[in-house]
Amino acid sequence: MMKKTIKTIIIALVLTFIYAPILILAVYSLTNATQIGAIRAFSFHNYVTLFTTEELIHMILGTILLALVSALLSTILGTLGAVGAFYSGRRTSTFINTTNQIPVVNADVVTGFSICILLVIVLGINKETYLPLVIGHVTLCAPFVYLSVIPKLKQLDPRIYEAALDLGATPFVALTKIVIPQISQGIVSGFALAITLSLDDYFIATYTKPSTFDTISTYVVNATKGAQTKIKTALWALSTVIFLIVVLIVIISNYRTSYKNRSKGEERYYEKGI
Amino acid sequence: MRRYSFSRKQLAIPYAVYLLCFVVAPLFVLMFYAFTNAAGQFTFKNLTMFFTDPNTLGTLFYSLGIAFVTTLCCLLLAYPTAYILAHSQLKNKSVMLMVFIMPMWINFSLRITALKEILSLLEGNLAYHPFLNAIIGMTYDFLPFMILPIYNTIVKLDPSLAEASRDLGANEFQSFLKITLPLSLPGIISGVAMVFLPAMTNYVVLDMLYNSTYIMGSLIGSYFAAYNWHGGSMIALILLAIICIFTIFTNGFGSQDENRGGVLL
Repeated sequence: MMKKTIKTIIIALVLTFIYAPILILAVYSLTNATQIGAIRAFSFHNYVTLFTTEELIHMILGTILLALVSALLSTILGTLGAVGAFYSGRRTSTFINTTNQIPVVNADVVTGFSICILLVIVLGINKETYLPLVIGHVTLCAPFVYLSVIPKLKQLDPRIYEAALDLGATPFVALTKIVIPQISQGIVSGFALAITLSLDDYFIATYTKPSTFDTISTYVVNATKGAQTKIKTALWALSTVIFLIVVLIVIISNYRTSYKNRSKGEERYYEKGI
Repeated sequence: MRRYSFSRKQLAIPYAVYLLCFVVAPLFVLMFYAFTNAAGQFTFKNLTMFFTDPNTLGTLFYSLGIAFVTTLCCLLLAYPTAYILAHSQLKNKSVMLMVFIMPMWINFSLRITALKEILSLLEGNLAYHPFLNAIIGMTYDFLPFMILPIYNTIVKLDPSLAEASRDLGANEFQSFLKITLPLSLPGIISGVAMVFLPAMTNYVVLDMLYNSTYIMGSLIGSYFAAYNWHGGSMIALILLAIICIFTIFTNGFGSQDENRGGVLL
């Protein structure tokens, strides 16, 4: 419909908009500049600061640990919930389906604030116990695990489970040997999704985190308000490192799926989850 | 005595209990707090205050304005991009899509920091264009969430429909307007839902870009900072009502399950 040059220009413009800030910041993270625009000398000092400042390391490791713990809990809860709801009666599954949708469509500010009110103000749980923070993140992530497992359950052939029962497997064995392996792809992508949601969250963390603990998001937001140049430029380095990790993960997973696809044939092209 | 027997239904119990405790219960607590005052007495004051105070009403309209313009900008950038990607002759379209979606996985606060540095270089002082900066920041943050659902809808369209319209005499533009655009409406709607609501509430983007005007989310933040749980609950409840209306309105058109980070393999 459009001429080829127009298409190329649109694509180039959008790509520039998306990547220019990240890439320019990456270039400046390798200099001793304190501001973008002034070209100075090449320097690794931002990376040295990033990996030697205790405060920064604590914050990064804390964020990762929180993401792993809440993703693990969400995956267990969400998967069990999905399997249970899928094989339950209509009333139970409608209840879970509907309630599950609430944190998905709700604004994170509202989710975080309401959990804070319930746990901290009404029940009096101390934020320093990390309990409100973990519960907040699980509430954010578990519904998405649930949503990524349900489609896999719908694709299952119920006869395989019945065959296992007929051949003498107990329901529990049939579940772990037949159902779980077949929905594992959904579980894994739910887990990955939970990790990214937890890593990216700002609002739930602000309302539920202990005062001395910071996730990357809350730390960066506070750091941009203060004017500590050394920390500010070290965050440029952090942004670059995270960008490279994301690129690497995308390349690896693409290579893996294209390899799998080749062996399974072209008809699965659109089923990769895209 | 009957032996305990395992059934798959029972697996739903922990999650159902969890949802009751941490999704349903907080909403009831929110409602309770919104309609009581500090002494615990029932009151409509929080509600009437919101709708009579020109400041809070201004905030409501300002956030609606920001959300509307952000959604429009995202749509104008995302639709052509998604359309071109979906119709490209490239063998590996999904890889191309990945290139556009990837920023979604970089922490948003770091991306906004990057954007802020560029904008301060271009504009000199960020404080001169608060509205423009807020729009650019939000568009930058939410663009992938608009590209993804639109692309997913367009790529699944049957190309023979557009071909048929061409055979029946429509020119390229007519065929786009009458066939492709209406059929991609579900993608547009779920993209709009993904962008509009966060744009009303994500006050951190504004904060980081030195726009000190309040949007709905900032109201909750300021009540929270002032330990005013009752006022904050009322704002949260009003936001919830807006979200409900919006969801009921958009749900008729298609589900938005697979969008938030939905490209994961």
